[in-house]
Amino acid sequence: MLYSLLSGILLAAMAPQLQRVLGRFLVVSMVALPLLLFIYYCFFVPEVLQGQAVVQKFEWVPELGIDLQFRLDGLSLLFALLISFFGMLVMLYASAYLEGDPLLGRFYLYLTLFMVAMLGVVTSDNIFGLFVFWELTSISSYLLIGYKQVDKEARVAAWQALLVTGLGGMALMGGLLLLSIATGSYTFTEMLGQQEVVLQHAFYLPAVLLVLLACFTKSAQFPFHFWLPNAMAAPTPVSAYLHSATMVKAGVFLLARLTPILSGTDLWHFSLMLAGGLTAIIGAIMALQHTDLKAILAYTTISALGLLVTMLGIGSDYALKAMLVFLLAHALYKGTLFLVAGTIDHSAGTRDLTKLHYLGKQMKYSGTAATLASLSMAGVIPFLGFVGKELLYEASLENYIMLGISLLTGTAFAAVGILMSYRIFWRRGEEKTQFDHHPNLRLYLPPLVLAVSGLLLGLLVSVVPANLLQAAVRAVSGDPAMELKLALWHGFTPVLGLSLLTLLLGLLAYYFLPSLQNRATTIHPLYRFGPNALYHKFFELFLHGASAFILWLQNGHLRSYVMYIMIFFCGLLLFTLWRDTPGLDLQERIYQLHEVRLYELVVFFLVLSALVFLMGTRSRLTSIVVMGLIGYSAALFYILFGAPDVAATQFLIETLTVVIFVLLMHKLPAFIYLSHQFRKYKFIAIAVVFGALMTYVMLLVQQQTVDSELREYFGKASYLEAHGRNIVNVILVDFRGLDTLGEITVLAVAALGIFSLLRLNPEKGEKP
Amino acid sequence: METLLPLMVGTLFAVGLYFILHRHLFKVILGLILFGLATNLFLFVIGGLTRGGSAIISGEHEVAVEPYADPVPQALLLTAIVIGFGIQAFSIVLIRRVYMTFKSNNVDDLNKENEHH
Repeated sequence: MLYSLLSGILLAAMAPQLQRVLGRFLVVSMVALPLLLFIYYCFFVPEVLQGQAVVQKFEWVPELGIDLQFRLDGLSLLFALLISFFGMLVMLYASAYLEGDPLLGRFYLYLTLFMVAMLGVVTSDNIFGLFVFWELTSISSYLLIGYKQVDKEARVAAWQALLVTGLGGMALMGGLLLLSIATGSYTFTEMLGQQEVVLQHAFYLPAVLLVLLACFTKSAQFPFHFWLPNAMAAPTPVSAYLHSATMVKAGVFLLARLTPILSGTDLWHFSLMLAGGLTAIIGAIMALQHTDLKAILAYTTISALGLLVTMLGIGSDYALKAMLVFLLAHALYKGTLFLVAGTIDHSAGTRDLTKLHYLGKQMKYSGTAATLASLSMAGVIPFLGFVGKELLYEASLENYIMLGISLLTGTAFAAVGILMSYRIFWRRGEEKTQFDHHPNLRLYLPPLVLAVSGLLLGLLVSVVPANLLQAAVRAVSGDPAMELKLALWHGFTPVLGLSLLTLLLGLLAYYFLPSLQNRATTIHPLYRFGPNALYHKFFELFLHGASAFILWLQNGHLRSYVMYIMIFFCGLLLFTLWRDTPGLDLQERIYQLHEVRLYELVVFFLVLSALVFLMGTRSRLTSIVVMGLIGYSAALFYILFGAPDVAATQFLIETLTVVIFVLLMHKLPAFIYLSHQFRKYKFIAIAVVFGALMTYVMLLVQQQTVDSELREYFGKASYLEAHGRNIVNVILVDFRGLDTLGEITVLAVAALGIFSLLRLNPEKGEKP
Repeated sequence: METLLPLMVGTLFAVGLYFILHRHLFKVILGLILFGLATNLFLFVIGGLTRGGSAIISGEHEVAVEPYADPVPQALLLTAIVIGFGIQAFSIVLIRRVYMTFKSNNVDDLNKENEHH
């Protein structure tokens, strides 16, 4: 399985190059990959149907528990087949949809990358693997939405989708890590048997909340649904593939995957039912308000995703079955409708419902596909959508609220189905829409295949998909003995009545739709408070806040930077002192004062008074002299404590500094009073705190006796090995000779810099 | 003296930092020099003070006899002092150049000049 994914990534990376070599035949190679993958996954079908999960493991970072472990059970296999089958058709469709686009190779790169990532999500067993692929889908989705980069709308939408799903990705990482801590394992296979442990664990609540956040953002559940309609800025094949059939179902997939581990509490069931139910209703209502084909489809997708989540929330056997059947049916008909909408856009140049009339005559095949899909969407016998709808009603019969939600969304779906087929394709009486050109084979074949498979799967529902769906429902429920019997005809049951009622209501809704749409404009002001508007407000606020913060922190004044560094340093030091509370023996130190010699005391006070004087003086010459005085005093201390070489250097350097100062003084700025009074006190406070801390640290360090092996080593070796009696000198020129060479280099560089600064003449036109 | 030296070094640090935070270019240089001096003394004190015995092996011995000062901090100091001097000299010249170019002795003005350009 690893190799199949790797080959996909490889092909994706090569796509732009292949485009150059193969030209318009690029599509062949890109379609071949999903086809091969589809066949590959088909080989696993018999094994999985017997109830076994195929597990393959490749060690990656075994020390950290990060392996590339893949697991194919019924659920994964259902998704994998769907993704590769759909991928094949979309690749074919895209070649016609984006024909002549010079960036087609790049588009295929993104699309193939996405397909591989999605396959990785559904087959990953290791949580880290899942996370990586999950994020990869977000990133490739970002690239695909922003494919038309010149379009500002597309860029904004891509950014929005990335941020929202990225937020979910972070939450996912947290939730999965908590789960792995709770169960002590990194793979779903091992977690599966530990539902009891997880439910009792203290991490259950945060883990569930984080996982829900991840899944709700990915699957566009309220209140995170807003990114999905905006993501319709992507080219239509992308919308069909990512934003209706596969990626947005990743959240649903993960919820289904985790159902046997996390379900069983009120928290789980009610939050899923609440979020899903709200999403379903909002999506259904919003769908009927739009006239843009893609917007309508996007909102019905949101609504459908809401229904799927609701079903997972109900969690009964019926609900889980309904969820899976509906998921399959939805992918087939929604994909078809999206592709047809793309074809219409491509041929007629518009997606506005009000401008499209009587298209059926000119695009027979697309019209047929749309009609078949719409019938499935409306839940008409004998389509797969009908089976799904029946099961949905059966699952929600137990609860009137759920029944209401199902009925409402069903009505909306039926109305949209009529809209998508009869309204734009077959209704006569108005003038025909003008076509730029007629769709070619690659544009109408993929939706037709999808729509027909929806019909065939419906007709053969008890034969073909039932077994696979049964394996899937077993994986979701965690019950290996669960039976799933699907039949097209259940007899005259209340559910059948509900189905008919839905169709009737859908017809009514369709009939009254124009007036409803007029009415809908009155609630438009409400959008200002919707999540989408809030997102943009927050985004703007965030950017402003960030730039204000940066301007405050990095204001371009050297002084502020030094100040922040010092404040941070002092804070760190104070924290360490507070944490470790090392004892300072002050009495001992005061006692030591007896040993002070008079001349030491004299030098000490000399330095202190020099410093005080330096603070007050306003003459440059005086300050230079006083600085020299301080330097010489320091040199005296070096002599007193056994460092004659250091003292000699200090004397030399101090003299040189004073000489340089005096030489250049007439070109240096004169003193004037500059400081702001308040700031002055602030600076004094920081300086005093810093000085006091340094004193304290030194006193603390002095309490420890420094026992240096180096001291003994150099004491012994300096004459015997290096034949020098001055140990310091020997260290500098012999033991650490290379360091001294480095030092000389530094001085040379400084000298070069000084030379160039002195010689360059900005007045003569050179750059300063 | 072991108790007084930390006090002195602390004061040097404080004055040095105060000067660095100052707005006047000249004082910034003074601050840099003082800060460097304080750091050197800091190293020296922390390395351990030995009164009297310098790190020199006298003529009649082949190895150093106690008490002798730890030569390692001294070697470090020597390097530090010399490099510090390099920085001082460079910054003095740099500030002279800045002053001549911008005709300002105020660190804050340099930013405004940049914005004008």
